[in-house]
Amino acid sequence: MNFGSGTRTRVVKADMKWYELTKAGNIYEPGNANSYETGDWRSIRPVWIEDRCIHCLFCWRYCPDASVIAKDGKFEKFDYKHCKGCGICAKVCPRNAIDMISEDEIEKAKEANKDEN
Amino acid sequence: MATLKELSKVEERFVGGHRLCAGCGHGITVRMILNAAEGYNVVVGCATGCLEVASTIYPYTAWKCSFIHNAFENAGATISGVEAAYKALKRRGKVNEEFKFIAFGGDGGTYDIGLQSLSGAMERGHNMVYVCLDNEAYMNTGIQRSSATPTGADTTTSPAGKVIPGKQQPRKDLTAIMAAHNIPYVAQTAIHNWQDVHKKARKALEVEGPAFINVLSPCPRGWRYNTPDIVEITKLAVETRFWPLFEVENGKWKLNYKPKKYVPIEEFLKPQGRFRHLFKPGNEHLIKALQEEVDNRWLALLERCGETPELPPR
Repeated sequence: MNFGSGTRTRVVKADMKWYELTKAGNIYEPGNANSYETGDWRSIRPVWIEDRCIHCLFCWRYCPDASVIAKDGKFEKFDYKHCKGCGICAKVCPRNAIDMISEDEIEKAKEANKDEN
Repeated sequence: MATLKELSKVEERFVGGHRLCAGCGHGITVRMILNAAEGYNVVVGCATGCLEVASTIYPYTAWKCSFIHNAFENAGATISGVEAAYKALKRRGKVNEEFKFIAFGGDGGTYDIGLQSLSGAMERGHNMVYVCLDNEAYMNTGIQRSSATPTGADTTTSPAGKVIPGKQQPRKDLTAIMAAHNIPYVAQTAIHNWQDVHKKARKALEVEGPAFINVLSPCPRGWRYNTPDIVEITKLAVETRFWPLFEVENGKWKLNYKPKKYVPIEEFLKPQGRFRHLFKPGNEHLIKALQEEVDNRWLALLERCGETPELPPR
């Protein structure tokens, strides 16, 4: 397929000149928003409690950011790079297997660990 | 009906990294609908709105499928044009794959600004699905009233104060307007019931000809409720009969859910900041009027669906 002529390339980078951009501003990498991290929006973080989880996957269904990763029909992990910390997963969980923990506390705990070491 | 275990194995086509607000109903709805489109190649078109500006900020796209955006008022016209071009190319043997066409519009781009292009697309009978993500105001530009905003809601262009108690006019019943186009499939659904959304999206995709789905997609910023409560709030909208679940297949109306108990509209209004002023002393008559409107619409809907027009037992 012809993606525009001459110097025009498929991947758009921040330091490109206008004439190097793709024709009509088209984007040729489907789902490249994945490389943009929205995880730093988060002030509370979902934490999975494995032994309470029944793998009903309600959290996966109701995550607006596709940040609950399921593998082979089971909960696998949270995608903390994109999770915005809305707390819907913890609310829809029928077994309270997701805790919402303040990022500040996690940060403080990390600091404390550092001092001890 | 597929289980969540099976559905979770389907490839994600609306990926993380989009800039919708935390807890936005649109992200959930779009993921559900693209998940239901399993096995189909899809082309998505968007009307201008929260979903479009948040999912396609140049040079990023959150869509793992073909995506087209044109303007605010013409999502219906754009996607119907893409569908017509696809048909022409297919006839000449230039495209061999099967495609499905989905347009997403907010309530502003569907109820108000995009209504004529949507109506035209439906009347011309293009093989497409139009999904309206109804969050009941123009949320993208800062919560202005739309014709989907319910009576009494506080928005920036219908501010509740000394002069007026929120929006003055009743909301438009768009799903009924679309049903009046006599298209093969029209449905109204809400995300608290994912099976319902999945089933209706599947039906709409499979049907030959135009289909329209109206989904209630709560907005935590505009409705001002506690963000994690999205499922409860949608459920209350259905239980209070504010947002009935029904479908119209080839002109035949069918009610999908009948609440067992009479739940007063207050239950739906109370958790939302945009209705807070209705609970001030002296405003009881506003809630009463809203309740009457909901009850009347419910009775009319039951009649259309061929059921006995009576309110649920208290």
